[in-house]
Amino acid sequence: MNWTLALPEIVLAVLGMAILVFGVLRKTDSTQLATMFVIGAFLLTGLLVGTREAGFAFQGQFVADAFATFNKELILLGGSLALILSLDWNRSQGIARFEYPVLVLFATVGMLIMVSASNLMTLYLGLELQSLALYVLAAFARDNLRSSEAGLKYFVLSGLASGLLLYGISLVYGFSGTMDFQALHASLMKPAEAPAGLIVGVVFVLVGLAFKVSAVPFHMWTPDVYEGAPTPVTVFFATAPKVAAMALLLRVMGTSFAELVPAWQSLVVMMSIGSMALGALAAIGQSNIKRLMAYSSIGHMGYALIGLAVGSSDGVRGVLVYMAVYVLMTAGTFACILAMKRKGQPVENISDLSGLATNDPGLALALSVFMFSLAGIPLMAGFFAKLYIFLAAVKAGLWALAVIGVLASVIGAFYYIRVIKVMYFDAPAEAFDRRPPALSFVVAATGLFTAFFFLFPAPVVDAAELASRVLFR
Amino acid sequence: MTAVTLNHYLIVSAILLTIGVFGIFLNRKNVIVILMAIELILLAVNLNLVAFSAVLNDLAGQIMAMLVLTVAAAEAAIGLAIVVVYFRNRGSIQVEDVNLMKG
Repeated sequence: MNWTLALPEIVLAVLGMAILVFGVLRKTDSTQLATMFVIGAFLLTGLLVGTREAGFAFQGQFVADAFATFNKELILLGGSLALILSLDWNRSQGIARFEYPVLVLFATVGMLIMVSASNLMTLYLGLELQSLALYVLAAFARDNLRSSEAGLKYFVLSGLASGLLLYGISLVYGFSGTMDFQALHASLMKPAEAPAGLIVGVVFVLVGLAFKVSAVPFHMWTPDVYEGAPTPVTVFFATAPKVAAMALLLRVMGTSFAELVPAWQSLVVMMSIGSMALGALAAIGQSNIKRLMAYSSIGHMGYALIGLAVGSSDGVRGVLVYMAVYVLMTAGTFACILAMKRKGQPVENISDLSGLATNDPGLALALSVFMFSLAGIPLMAGFFAKLYIFLAAVKAGLWALAVIGVLASVIGAFYYIRVIKVMYFDAPAEAFDRRPPALSFVVAATGLFTAFFFLFPAPVVDAAELASRVLFR
Repeated sequence: MTAVTLNHYLIVSAILLTIGVFGIFLNRKNVIVILMAIELILLAVNLNLVAFSAVLNDLAGQIMAMLVLTVAAAEAAIGLAIVVVYFRNRGSIQVEDVNLMKG
């Protein structure tokens, strides 16, 4: 039993409890210190994750491999960016409490466990640790009606999803006699003999996880929660949990149910097409930019699901590159949205951006880069992310899916470019408040990555390549 | 009189799951009823797990049922806390009043 493989999670959880005690015992406000400690804990965990060897721990319940490392680093990055962006905003809105970074930390521990799960039990516990912290985060602005409504909606729908996932787990367990991913894979070597109950279980598991990545038709919670939750929480929701849920989906489908590809492929294809179509069409009528980003993220999950539908290591590589690019460009876009404040009050309408190019050329340029990238315009990071996915789909003969993907991104480009048009060609509105330096830093860093990814894609792509070899063997 | 077999357990559990899911979607009255429906789904799962565990002669299912019970308790606590916060802001926990944002 090699428990040191789980050292990053153990260290992070212990540090989280220590920071919690520190915050409770300290008389004065410790939000800033707690936030810094948590970012420090994320850095330390990132180092620990990077130095883990591959292997199984806790009787095969827990696995550390290149796939887990890639996703964990990405989750920690997303969590850190969300925290850096949160401090100034939470202060100005009067919700700066030290529990916020601690909750983000515990949600992150849950995500790390999800990514490393090698047993349905570990999967469930990691998922719930993440969800329980996220419920509270969504309702964190507790005196705000919209935030508590977002929390309530997220709680009900996510609770239903967990229930369905669990029901699927119970069926898979009952009809195969094991919860271990490797043992499941071994017992399904002859897919034709798989009992019907097991297939039903796999479908339930797929549905439960589709809720978490907000794929159509299980996306209903996304726009409301994105709009209602405080914006820093939305940043977090849009980045790290998406990576974790997608990684979990890949892991479950790519190891334990890898031989059942024909049974679940058509379902994933339908979810993918539905998400891409809804992401492209429903976003057109939105006037609230957070809601727009919610539909945009549904669409992006649709593109990423193409990679899963391919059902090969190539597809997995595409998904991993996609998620890496998605996290950075989404964090950057939300950093720009966090800058949308007048007289200390946040504004969220797309029309509030009008004439931003005259008031704040730097921010307008950065937001244009993100919008072009989200739309998948060539030379931006988002284009290459889509390229890898579509190439994998074409290589596997899923022509229709690739064509629909290209069409959806053409339609989607309309509303991304409309934002740019509002910024550059509409009459200038009142200028926004001064940006806090932390925000400018995140915008600059993610903007540079998004704009110049094409010059040095190798580190990300190579790491994704290495990580993808673990699955669909 | 016939013995109770695995199928009986599976059917009861499937019925409980269906009641739970319909309880969430058809309920127009009270958010608390939704919390009860979620508990019902989790109990359906537990029944399944324990029945399978007994038939398979394998302890993993029962351990999982214990974990589900624990997590369900934590989830109910957080759910009720969110309902309390919501009630303070809205003054009502009728399902039809949860409509500030259309989605």
